[in-house]
Amino acid sequence: MSVVALIAAPFGLKPYGIYLLSLWVVMTIAAIGLNLTLGYAGQISLAQGSFVGIGAYAAALLTTTGWPLWSAFLLAIALGLVIGWVLGYPALRVQHHYLAFVTLAFATLVFLVLRNEEWLTKGVYGITGIPRPTPLGWSTKGPVGFYFFCLAVLALVSAGTWWLVRSPWGRAFTALRENAIRADSLGVDTRRYTLMAFAIGSALGGVAGVLYAPLIQFIEPNAFNLNLSLSLLLMVMVGGSGYFLGPFLGAAVSVLLPEWMRFGSEGLYLIFYGAAVMVLMAFCPSGLLGLAERVFKR
Amino acid sequence: MNPVLQVHGLAKAFGGIRAVDGVSFEVREGEILGLIGPNGSGKSTLFNCILGQLTPSGGEVRVDGRPINGMRPCQLNRLGIGRTFQLLQVFPQLTVRENLILAGQEHRGSMWSRLVGRRDAGLGAAADRMIAFFRLTQLADEKAGALSYGQQKLLDVAMAFMAGPRLVLLDEPAGGVNPTMLAGLRERLREINAQEHATFVVIEHNMEFVMALCTRILVLAEGRIIAEGTPQEIRDNPQVIEAYLGG
Repeated sequence: MSVVALIAAPFGLKPYGIYLLSLWVVMTIAAIGLNLTLGYAGQISLAQGSFVGIGAYAAALLTTTGWPLWSAFLLAIALGLVIGWVLGYPALRVQHHYLAFVTLAFATLVFLVLRNEEWLTKGVYGITGIPRPTPLGWSTKGPVGFYFFCLAVLALVSAGTWWLVRSPWGRAFTALRENAIRADSLGVDTRRYTLMAFAIGSALGGVAGVLYAPLIQFIEPNAFNLNLSLSLLLMVMVGGSGYFLGPFLGAAVSVLLPEWMRFGSEGLYLIFYGAAVMVLMAFCPSGLLGLAERVFKR
Repeated sequence: MNPVLQVHGLAKAFGGIRAVDGVSFEVREGEILGLIGPNGSGKSTLFNCILGQLTPSGGEVRVDGRPINGMRPCQLNRLGIGRTFQLLQVFPQLTVRENLILAGQEHRGSMWSRLVGRRDAGLGAAADRMIAFFRLTQLADEKAGALSYGQQKLLDVAMAFMAGPRLVLLDEPAGGVNPTMLAGLRERLREINAQEHATFVVIEHNMEFVMALCTRILVLAEGRIIAEGTPQEIRDNPQVIEAYLGG
């Protein structure tokens, strides 16, 4: 039913509504990646927005010079895997807020590179005119076409992630989150799984970035500053960290709900929205899906 | 019988405190060795040094004649060394079956095959056998966190045996387990010892349990071995009585 709703959704909407739906899809993909790193494997990261940025710049730089979008996917995934793997090394030494600060420093580093290395990124002027792809001759220039393109990528990412979290790897990630010392004593190579959790989660951030660039068709460094990483963290936490559907719900709350609340609230919607998030986190830190699970168990 | 585990002059100091002070002993194949001593005598620290959780300050540990100093716990586990911890260490969000599959999955195939292969890594039947062996069948699909303390303790021990280890170090397996379950646990351990020829080293405070289970006992006090012998010899040893009850 949800799939039918997602397919039918854009037909009754104006272009801005379809843009928001597409943005929800893109952010869901990035949040799925962070959910893998944080929710399943228990490794905090404040750098997911940076990987979205790396993917977006890979797409912008390649497609504006004539390369097809699939090459940007390959580059973004490769960069996400390699940089994410390297970023995972500090997690072998430090955890929790110390790890958060390490990833925060990385996010700042990426932002400074995007802003200051004008020869590559065009700095604060950003990159314009990012084309949308034409996969197998099917034009995605219009909002509906591009929404379905994003939705197809989300379907692939979801299927892959579903497989991953239900495989022995997913079980090892959960063990890593719940009790790394015990997991290690049972033969689980916690170092390798930690690095893989960072690498795969970061690569999915890159995939989201590759879709983000042609969605907006203009990118500049501020779009990928710490705010984006914090928003993605909020999506994972609000939806339900460690739940497969958590990122879908969290991204909806973060991307769609504020826009829906905007109407009729005379500018107060962000206050209501912030208060609702605070109440949720205070009374149900396992997020909306954790809340639903508690209610159903009763 | 060949020694499976050889510990030579093992030491561990925390600042000026010598938690383990030049401990040497051997464990022979198929033996059930008890390791007892008052609280703070260094038993768990000794385990953690043997199993790579702590880096020893000195000494050497060999398994089947091979030095294992500096090896990580996961590498030791793959050599066939299992363990349990003093405090409960199950994975509460996984079911009983998943806990057991996890405990064996890293011994099956490569990383890649574990990603693309079967969800249960081909261990579903083995996990069910272990569940039945430890009398947990009705709880197989329950999350481990929902089990009683005693049931979790049984699961914890069962996990240590899932990969078919040659040597298992059990840290207070009887702690907090009710007498009925305790008798069952003792029987299970004896059966595994007899059928699989698995070698055990057991830290335990429950004297009745350790005297009934073990073939030989070492007594540790202030980081040093003060006595060694059969359960009867240890029971009658005045040094041991003094270490436990004070002079």
